[in-house]
Amino acid sequence: MSDAADTIAETRGNRVSARPRRASRREGHGAAPYLQAAPMALVFLVFFLLPLAATIVVSFWQYTQYSIEPAFTAQNYGDVFRGCLADLPDLCTTFVTYLSTLKFGVIVWACTLTLGFTIAYFLAFHVRTLKVQVIFFLLCTIPFWTSIVIRMISWIPLLGRNGLINQTLISMGVIDTPLEGLLYSDFAVVLALTHLYTLFMVVPIFNSLMRIDRSLIEAARDAGASDLQTLVSVIIPLARPGMLIGSIFVTTVVLGDFLTIGIMGGQQIASVGKVIQTQMQFLQFPLAAANAVILLLAVLAGVWALLKLVDIRKEL
Amino acid sequence: MKETRPRSFYVLSCVFALFLLFLYGPMISILVLSFQGPEGGLVFPMNGVSLHWFEKLREGGGQVEIGPALRRSFRLALVVMVLTVTFSVLAGLAFRRGFRGATLLLYVAIASLIVPSIVVSLGIALEFRLIDEGIKALGAAWGIEWIQRDFVSALGPFTSGLGAHLTWTLPFGLLIMFAVFNRFDPAYEEAARDLGATPWQTFRHVTLPMIAPFLIGVAVFGFTLSWDELARSSQVMGADNTLPMQLAAKTTTVTDPEIYALGTATTGSSILLVLVTFTVATLLQRRRQRG
Repeated sequence: MSDAADTIAETRGNRVSARPRRASRREGHGAAPYLQAAPMALVFLVFFLLPLAATIVVSFWQYTQYSIEPAFTAQNYGDVFRGCLADLPDLCTTFVTYLSTLKFGVIVWACTLTLGFTIAYFLAFHVRTLKVQVIFFLLCTIPFWTSIVIRMISWIPLLGRNGLINQTLISMGVIDTPLEGLLYSDFAVVLALTHLYTLFMVVPIFNSLMRIDRSLIEAARDAGASDLQTLVSVIIPLARPGMLIGSIFVTTVVLGDFLTIGIMGGQQIASVGKVIQTQMQFLQFPLAAANAVILLLAVLAGVWALLKLVDIRKEL
Repeated sequence: MKETRPRSFYVLSCVFALFLLFLYGPMISILVLSFQGPEGGLVFPMNGVSLHWFEKLREGGGQVEIGPALRRSFRLALVVMVLTVTFSVLAGLAFRRGFRGATLLLYVAIASLIVPSIVVSLGIALEFRLIDEGIKALGAAWGIEWIQRDFVSALGPFTSGLGAHLTWTLPFGLLIMFAVFNRFDPAYEEAARDLGATPWQTFRHVTLPMIAPFLIGVAVFGFTLSWDELARSSQVMGADNTLPMQLAAKTTTVTDPEIYALGTATTGSSILLVLVTFTVATLLQRRRQRG
C-alpha cells in the first residue's frame, strides 16, 4: 500500500525537483559492500542460477521409469517435438499447446493493457489531489491481500451453472437454459487472469504518466491538437516505458501460468506450464526440463520482441 | 477553483467504478455466501444466515482441513519476511556504496521475476534431487549410518521452499530499497559522521530509524508474497503442503461454503494485518517527524 503512495509521492516530487543525488558515490569501499550484497547474491546463485543450470543439464539426460541417468542425449527435445514436422500441416500437441498458451498471453495482454492504461490515465490526469489518488490506489490493492486461490474460487457463485449471471439472464428472459462455459472455459481463464494482473499494468503505467511534464500536453493543446491526437501522439509515446514494464510482467506470468488455467479451465485446458507440472508428477524429469528450457526460450523471445517492438516504434 | 470537468472525466469515472466492481464483486459474493445457514450451497440465493461454516472451520474435520498447512505457511512467511527485510536492506546499502557486479546482481534479480515460476520451481526441485543423490552416494561411500537409514530428501518448506520464496520476494524488496534510498538525503549520515559516529552508530541511530517505515512496507510485502505464493511452491515443498497448495487442491472437490468461510477469514485477517502494520508505520513516521 505504501508503495502506491510512494510512487505517487516520488513522481510528484520528481516533477518539482530533480532526483536526490546518487551519482556522487564512489565505486569500491573495501570489502563492506561485497559482504552486504553477499546474502542476496548467494540466494540467487543457489536458488535461481544453479537451478537454471541444473534444468539445462538435466534436459540432456536420459531417464528410466525410476531414475534419471547422467548420460547425454537430445532425445528429450526430440520427444517434445515428436511428429511436429512429419504431421504438418496438422499441428502436433506441442505446437497446439504453445499456440493455446500464446493465445491466452495475447488476449490477456490486450485486456490488461487497455484496462490498465484507462485506469492509470484516470488516476493520473483526472484525479487531482494526492490524497484521493492514494485512496483510490488503496481501493485497488486491497483485493490483493487475499489468496489468489480464494480470488479464483470467488468466481464460482457468479459464473457457475446456477450462478448469479445465469440466474439474472434467465429471470430477465434473455436465455431459457443456463449458459454452459461461463465457468471452466477459455472465457473464465481470461477473466480470472485479467482480474489478477490488471493492477500490475496500472502501477507502472501510472508511474510513467505522472512523470509526463504537463506543459507538453498544454503545448499540444495550444498547437491545436484534439484530445485524441494529444493522447495518441503525446501521452501514449511518453507512457511507453510503463506500458512495457507492465506488458513484460503480465505476458511472462501468463505464458508460464498453470494454476489459473488449471483451476479456471476446470483442469481441461492445456498450457505449457501444466504440461511441465504433469511431467513432474510422472517423474519424467528430463522431459519436463526440456519443456522448461523451451518455455524459457519462448518467454525470453517474447521479452526481446516486446523490447524490439518499442524500439522500432521509436525509429518510425 | 471551479472548472467544469470534460465529458471524458465522467466516462472514465464510470470505467473506474466498474473496475472496482470487477475487483470486489467476486470477493463480496463469497463474503456474503460464507454467512449462510447449514443448508447453504455454493451459489446464490442464500440459504439462511448463520456462523455455521465458520464454526465448522474452527472445529476442523470438515472438507477443508487446513490446520497444519496454515501453521506451516505462517512460519514460512515469517522466516521469508525476516530474511527479505535483512537481505534487501543489506543489498540496498551495498548498491548505494557501489560494488563490482552491481549491475549483474540487479539483472539477475529482475530475471528472477521474469523467468516463469514453474521453471524456477522445477529447477530447484531438480537441483535438490541431484543434491539428494549426492548425499546418498556420500552416505554409502563413507558408511554414514543415519544417511543410509533415515535420509529421504533435502526438499522441504524450510530448505528448497524457503529458497523458492526468496527468489520471488527479494527482487521486490530490492526494488523497494532502490526507491527508498533514491529519495534518501545523505546529509543526515554525513552530519552523524562529522559528529564522530562510527558507521554502525550512523546506521543504527540515523539511517535505520529513517528507513524504518519503509522496512515495514517491505516486511508486509515479503510476508504476503510468501503467504500467497503458489506457483514457485508447487514442486519444492517435498512431502508437505503450504496453505495455498492445500486450497488449490481443494478447488475441484469442495462442495460446501466452508471454503468461502475460509476465504472470508483469511481475507479479513490479512486486511487486519495490513491495517495494523500501516498504522504502526504511520505512527512511527509521525513520531520521527515530531521528535
